[in-house]
Amino acid sequence: MIALYNGAAVMLVFLIFGCLFRAYLGPTAADRVVAVNVIGTKAVVLLCLVSAAFQEGFFLDVALVYALISFLATICLARLVLQGKRRWGEGK
Amino acid sequence: MELCAAFLLVAGLFFSFTATVGLLRLPDVYNRLHATAKCDTLGAGLIVAALVLSGRPPDQVVKLIFILLFLWLANPTAAHILARAAYTAGTPLAPGTRLPEEGENKC
Repeated sequence: MIALYNGAAVMLVFLIFGCLFRAYLGPTAADRVVAVNVIGTKAVVLLCLVSAAFQEGFFLDVALVYALISFLATICLARLVLQGKRRWGEGK
Repeated sequence: MELCAAFLLVAGLFFSFTATVGLLRLPDVYNRLHATAKCDTLGAGLIVAALVLSGRPPDQVVKLIFILLFLWLANPTAAHILARAAYTAGTPLAPGTRLPEEGENKC
């Protein structure tokens, strides 16, 4: 079972790199924010898997706080997408 | 129980993979949000449910359930706010998208 957790964690890391490629590529700012949001969710799941693989409880506290901060960051970045349009015009 | 947890884990990985493929392949922001908001939430839920079923100590099970509930509450909310912000800021739609005309049924 531990090997399964390790394999799942490694696969999630590869998926996170795929999302990171979209954050690098994304033609608009909103694309990058979507990619960062997905990376945050996958990181929370990854922390839960690491907690199961190492049989340690404190990773779950880290995952919980990471979920809260990731949600807050997404809200702030969505505000930035809105205000960037208002303040600097269309951009490119 | 172990078999059930392993099945849920593999299903969650499949949905996470689907979310990443959708994020990389679909043409514009709204399509990408459509793919990620549902598939990523479901994948995260399935993987955390697999960890709940895999016989952790009770305190960790409670924390995992809190993480699950928060993810299921926060992810659709964040997707909604992002889609609204992107549409208000005038992010371009994919070519070929047709918006409903004036007076047409908008649902």
